Amino acid sequence: MTETSSFTAEGGHGAVPTSCEVEVDEGGHAGAQPLWEVFVRSRRGLSHTHAGSLHAPDAHMALRNARDVYTRRQEGVSIWVVPAAAVVASSPDEKDAFFDPAGDKAYRHPTFYDVPEGLTHL
Amino acid sequence: MSATSATPVTAVDADVAAYALRLGDDALVLGQRLGEWAAKSPQLEEDVALLNLALDHLGVARSLLSYVGTIDGTGRSEDDIAFLRDEPAFTNALLMELEGGDFGRTTARQLLVASYQLPLWQALASSTDPEIAGVAGKAVKEVAYHLDHARSWVVRLGDGTAESHRRVQTGLDEVWPYAAELFERDALVDRLVARGVAADPALLEPAWRATVEDVLAEATLTVPETSWRPTGGRTGAHTTGFGYLLAELQHLHRSHPGASW
Amino acid sequence: MDVAAVAQVESPLEQQFQALVDADGRVEPRDWMPDGYRKTLVRQIAQHAHSEIIGMQPEGNWITRAPSLRRKCILVAKVQDEAGHGLYLYSAAETLGVDRDELLDLLHTGRQKYSTIFNYPTTSWADVAAIGWLVDGAAIMNQVPLTRCSYGPYARAMIRVCKEESFHQRQGFEAMTVLANGTPAQRQMAQDALDRWWWPALMMFGPSDTDSPNSAQSMTWGIKRFSNDELRQRFVDATVPQAEHLGLTVPDPDLTWNGEHYVSGEIDWTEFFTVMKGDGPCNRERIANRVAAHDEGAWVREAAAAYAAKQQARSASQGVAA
Repeated sequence: MTETSSFTAEGGHGAVPTSCEVEVDEGGHAGAQPLWEVFVRSRRGLSHTHAGSLHAPDAHMALRNARDVYTRRQEGVSIWVVPAAAVVASSPDEKDAFFDPAGDKAYRHPTFYDVPEGLTHL
Repeated sequence: MSATSATPVTAVDADVAAYALRLGDDALVLGQRLGEWAAKSPQLEEDVALLNLALDHLGVARSLLSYVGTIDGTGRSEDDIAFLRDEPAFTNALLMELEGGDFGRTTARQLLVASYQLPLWQALASSTDPEIAGVAGKAVKEVAYHLDHARSWVVRLGDGTAESHRRVQTGLDEVWPYAAELFERDALVDRLVARGVAADPALLEPAWRATVEDVLAEATLTVPETSWRPTGGRTGAHTTGFGYLLAELQHLHRSHPGASW
Repeated sequence: MDVAAVAQVESPLEQQFQALVDADGRVEPRDWMPDGYRKTLVRQIAQHAHSEIIGMQPEGNWITRAPSLRRKCILVAKVQDEAGHGLYLYSAAETLGVDRDELLDLLHTGRQKYSTIFNYPTTSWADVAAIGWLVDGAAIMNQVPLTRCSYGPYARAMIRVCKEESFHQRQGFEAMTVLANGTPAQRQMAQDALDRWWWPALMMFGPSDTDSPNSAQSMTWGIKRFSNDELRQRFVDATVPQAEHLGLTVPDPDLTWNGEHYVSGEIDWTEFFTVMKGDGPCNRERIANRVAAHDEGAWVREAAAAYAAKQQARSASQGVAA
């Protein structure tokens, strides 16, 4: 699949051609730094949500930069950083094949079933 | 903190005021220096980080200088104290006022300061002076991050390229002698240590040295050797560059006497 | 942008794309999009980002001189936000397949621009207040519609930016209020700042719709939601009463109220184009400062990259050993 090999990181940030990653810049752009995707848990009990991305030379600095850039207003209690290049994303071209088959299986949802009137705890 | 018998803080306490002023001036002057980095840092992420450090120091300065104005009996505001004193009345350590220089020197200074302030605020969090203890309780979390930031960069610069190693070593060599002043004792400190208000410099120095040496070793940097121990900040004898720092800090405020902003 | 080209027969992909946009759907990075759409967005988002980071300079140079500690903290936090906004926006641009270093290079070499407003000097403290009130006020008018922009990452970045930007405008208006109610000298400072920033703020909305070649296409693509003139009108309607509240005079002798809107006098577009072309009071200074910061920081960025490479090599060799 050419799409998945030439692009990385979908979802919020998404689609950075791998040709722009550091390998290309080695020796050229002095100090070019990889891209990191940032996920923030806004409070305990909630899942981490994609907040954006940033550049950092390594994971340690990425985490610290993420703290400064994405949680200045107490937006989070926990941060994940993930190398953008490590994200494997589904392709928009495969959207139908991936997601449509779930469309006709209404029996997976509780609202598919009739509950006799007056009964609770169901 | 050695004292077991806490003396209740009275309405006017010149000793506590003088000590809080030292701490407040340290924070104000370093915050001012860090603010000079706006739009000048090596990369955008670092602009955000350095300005975060500046804000933390300015926050500490505001709390302490406000407190000084109440406990010294003058009723001065934080701004009166920050903007309306002349050079000899500032009691910050010289290390805080040194020009930032390049990022290597700024980072080296940050390491020396944060390694000192971490044990300092930890100790002061149990100061018998409740105001100082309150400021310390908040600052201790901030300075833990400052140390982490400084350590991260000193290690990267020291163990990065030959150029960065040279620059951060040079910066370190330049600021290093000024660190000794942080651990000086005088009669004021002695009295306040006895009262359980101040942190004992004798206890801070080993902690400082252990942290700094640990970071420098990881950074492949050399601990500078020097017999020069510049001093004078606590008694108002400052470096040449400090006059310019104050000129910039104060000129607008002083140009409009009595104005509100 | 060639509007005629779009009017031509569209491919099924183009039709699908346009249907999505017309239905107020969001385009995501890996969706198919017309080349022109991608290019327009890269240009727009990049120049938006450049504006944020160049915008740190006119206010940043007052950080060390701020007249009270409270104002100093507010200003530091604001300038810091601008760096943050630049970061959000460069990230959004990167989803379109360009990288930040390339975009910065385009800025440094003058091949991409930033808002002309930042080529005016900040000669007094009141300018800092005026920038918050007027420039950030105008920016909000521009930016709020962008939170519904058809391009998802841009729209999401703008939601974050707009939340933070409203603090910027309010602190500016508050600072201006204090000056306007202050000493005669402060009041004079405030009026002088309004005199100098009013027209440049109006120009921030761009040339009139009839002279703005990109507007129609951008509206079809859902990158732009309102015309330049509409947004400018909203700004004038919102801001004139605020100036009156401050007791300051808007420097437009032709300003009238037509019963529904404030109608402003003619904008001097020659000035706008002069500044745009690079001959404003501060164009050279802003870029020179920006390039200096970048160049002087090169050794730091190189060090960080070198250290990361060393660490990677170390952990790789440890892995082999183990």
